[in-house]
Amino acid sequence: MKRFSVVGQSLPKIDAWAKVVGETRYADDLVLPRMAHGKLLRSSQPHARIKRIDTARARALPGVYAVITGHDLPRVKFGILPVSQDEEALCVEKVRMVGDALAAVAAIDEETAERATELIEVEYEPLRPLMSIEETLAHPEVRIHEYGDGPNVHKAVSLEFGDVEAAFAEADLVREDAFYFEGNTHLPMEQHAAVAQWGADGKLTLWSSTQTPHYVHRLLAKILDVPQPHIRVIAAPVGGGFGGKLDPFAHEIAACKLSQLTGRPVKITLTREEVFYVHRGRHPVLMWVKTGFKRDGSITGMHFRSWLDGGAYGSYGVASTFYTGALQTVTYKIPAYKFEGARVFTNKPPCGPKRGHGTPQPRFAMECQIDKAAEQLGLDPADMRRRNLVEPFTKTANHLTVTTIGLGECIDRVVEASGWRRKFGQLPPGKGIGIGCSSYLTGAGLAIYWNDMPHSGVVVRADRSGLVAVLCGATDIGQGSDSILAYLVAEVLGIDPKDIRVHPADTDLTPVDLGSYSSRVTLMAGNAVIQAAERLRAKILDAAATKLEVPTERLVMRDRRVFVEGDQDRGMAFAQAVVLAESQLGVLAFPGSYAPPRRAGKYKGGGVGPSPCYSYSACVVEVDVDQETGEVKPAEIWIAHDVGRALNPLLVEGQVEGSIYMGLGEVLMEEQVFRKGVHKIPSMLEYKSPTTLETPEIHTILVEGDDPEGPFGAKEAGQGPLLPVIPAVVNAIASAVGVRIDEIPISPEKVLKALELKRQGKTPRVGPERLPLFTFPAPKVIESAFGQPADTVAERPFSS
Amino acid sequence: MKTLLTLTVNGEQREVVVPVHRTLLEVLREDLNLTGTKHGCELGECGTCTVLVDGEPVLSCLALPIECQGREVTTVEGMARGSELHPLQQAFAELGAAQCGYCTPGILLTAQALLETTPVPTRDEIRHALAGNLCRCTGYTKILDAVELAALRMKAPRPVSTAPAGVAHR
Repeated sequence: MKRFSVVGQSLPKIDAWAKVVGETRYADDLVLPRMAHGKLLRSSQPHARIKRIDTARARALPGVYAVITGHDLPRVKFGILPVSQDEEALCVEKVRMVGDALAAVAAIDEETAERATELIEVEYEPLRPLMSIEETLAHPEVRIHEYGDGPNVHKAVSLEFGDVEAAFAEADLVREDAFYFEGNTHLPMEQHAAVAQWGADGKLTLWSSTQTPHYVHRLLAKILDVPQPHIRVIAAPVGGGFGGKLDPFAHEIAACKLSQLTGRPVKITLTREEVFYVHRGRHPVLMWVKTGFKRDGSITGMHFRSWLDGGAYGSYGVASTFYTGALQTVTYKIPAYKFEGARVFTNKPPCGPKRGHGTPQPRFAMECQIDKAAEQLGLDPADMRRRNLVEPFTKTANHLTVTTIGLGECIDRVVEASGWRRKFGQLPPGKGIGIGCSSYLTGAGLAIYWNDMPHSGVVVRADRSGLVAVLCGATDIGQGSDSILAYLVAEVLGIDPKDIRVHPADTDLTPVDLGSYSSRVTLMAGNAVIQAAERLRAKILDAAATKLEVPTERLVMRDRRVFVEGDQDRGMAFAQAVVLAESQLGVLAFPGSYAPPRRAGKYKGGGVGPSPCYSYSACVVEVDVDQETGEVKPAEIWIAHDVGRALNPLLVEGQVEGSIYMGLGEVLMEEQVFRKGVHKIPSMLEYKSPTTLETPEIHTILVEGDDPEGPFGAKEAGQGPLLPVIPAVVNAIASAVGVRIDEIPISPEKVLKALELKRQGKTPRVGPERLPLFTFPAPKVIESAFGQPADTVAERPFSS
Repeated sequence: MKTLLTLTVNGEQREVVVPVHRTLLEVLREDLNLTGTKHGCELGECGTCTVLVDGEPVLSCLALPIECQGREVTTVEGMARGSELHPLQQAFAELGAAQCGYCTPGILLTAQALLETTPVPTRDEIRHALAGNLCRCTGYTKILDAVELAALRMKAPRPVSTAPAGVAHR
């Protein structure tokens, strides 16, 4: 048993002190001399050709420094994914949603800038807005974009692993169910903000509340037509991301251009309403799932279809589409699997990645269907899940490699803690208990653009002062990733985390890390930082060993000292050892690099879904359903999360609790909905999200293990725990009042409608009644890899 | 039209010359450089910009500074005494109650007002006091825990410590 000194301790985050005194400087807190303030003019039309934009009156307003339209920017389209280059920072020919940016102003203050945007005249030629999946498929004569896999179809995919029809023929029960998951948004507390400074030397610096400074850096070069080395992107501390700050945005680009034109730094901060329109949040997804079950509850095969309402642009949508079909297979044994998915364009703000990216929707559908099957088969839903778990270190039908899987223990622990055995089916009417399980990536196996370079790079530097600095392009968005890097370095070097400075992502100074998404930072930057710290450690030990005249192997580093094992006095302070090493070798700066094992399935689309390892969660929710009002109140929640090793249990709990909270908001309240192209509720009051009063007591259980892929065995915690809470609530409602709500969010109206149907003796279900007429492409038939042993761990790139 | 206003902020007298319609939030952040006060909506909906005026939580995005003259305004920068953190700040840092940290100043001040009137609040009383402050990161659990811990410590005799607050690791 290895003894850890820092790993496993519930330490405060290294930035906690700054945050509790108001010291942390978020992007909007930055003020530079001579700074101008910018504002965007946004489209009032959901779909229209732009006939004319006249900025003359805005330019004439005293206090206005510059006004730009799309004509002032290089005419190049961009997008976060290389396959979907369909955005313009400022639209030139056409607007595709209310909120599309058309022009930008820099002025002496925000008020003047806003007044100037009101003076810009825009003449539109309205086009028919397409506002839903059905509507956009029904009107191929109206085109939102000119590219894609069909009229208004951004992406259509079809994959089959094994023979699904044969699997259904073997089943004792085949169920077909339809589900709908309404879209919702991230709602970070901080509105996006950016400050750009285009220096007299022609070089540009951008400070921005972004989760992906590297991708912004790359794309700014293309969008502004400036050599990438002339651009520097610095990530400001992010006041909440959840996936909402992962794209390059119009305000960032406009701030840069305005700074170039005015010779002043320019700040643009979005209003809350703008944040709702910027969106990139949860896709509305309509789903149909057909699954074959044996009498014992085992699954013979699954056929899953999803239709995603993508909104006006591509964003991460191609990945989102594949994600709605990728992770169904990593929890329970599914020998044959078929997935068909289509993402359509509509005239609404573009959807993208939100916590769980494309997987909470299918997980909701699948876990609810399993519950229905359990009821039909007369099985306990917890036991049915428990008996059919994927074997560790095997492959799934769709060629994903599962390493460790702690889901069995997760189920056991929540069943035990919640009193499931005495509660399920035995609570008084109106009270119910439900279960859901899930899994999530610990980092996407592939970068969003093809390359063979590290996904995460780190430099660890030490000098004679004893200081250790960590330089890494990863972004702390509140999840504590900077702290995790400090703990890992402290563990390797035997020093205290507070002796370490972790520098924020700065494309001039920090090696590239792809960004804070897909729950990748702890694993990828963590593995890279361990490599760098171990290289430094080796040099320090060599120098100390020479001095102490003992073999290196006999030395340990602990408590800020380097000493001979078993003889604490025979040694020296850490700082002294650094001096010796620096004297011997010169500057001490060591790189660490990480890229995931190359395990992508050899088929088109095989790049979405692979991950070094998967986290697992099981959740039990107890609800009270008021049969008079239809109101659902989650009374208590138990969750067990397989996190591999909890590097800091306090931070893991925080991620789990935040995920549960966000899942509750999605299942019971939150929805991003529109009327005539306009967001119905673009305010924090009307967009209902849980407060302290709606968030019940959460009982978090960490199930620990040691995954061979993770830094000291750690897996992710920031996204996976959101997934099971949604179906667990839905299943709990079913057990409370015997109705099935196959459509979320679950409003009291939907519950009452289902109860009414029950009273009338009809099927007590509320959910999608019909599916779109849509022909998916012919499936690519690929051999199922189900049950195959995981490849013997291939040499990871950069591992030596 | 601009007006000369004298405000007492965190115990200091400050003079500003601002348009009368300028909000307290704007004056604090932009004229007094007290950027610890954050904004989430500027419509009085999220609680992020909460400050204390005469000890009462006030949404600074809706408050006019002219109404605050002669009253004591406290922002997050005014919670610590020198380098000694307020027990709430200490507890929030220790228990991970600040994730992204953006809602933290408003929540700290709302909690401070609660503890002034209710030194030993029940969990339910804390929930009610903080119901107007949205947080998207924490699920509120660690926030409730931290307020409870701070209340407990404030009730107990203060331990003597020579280490500057905020530097100690636990």
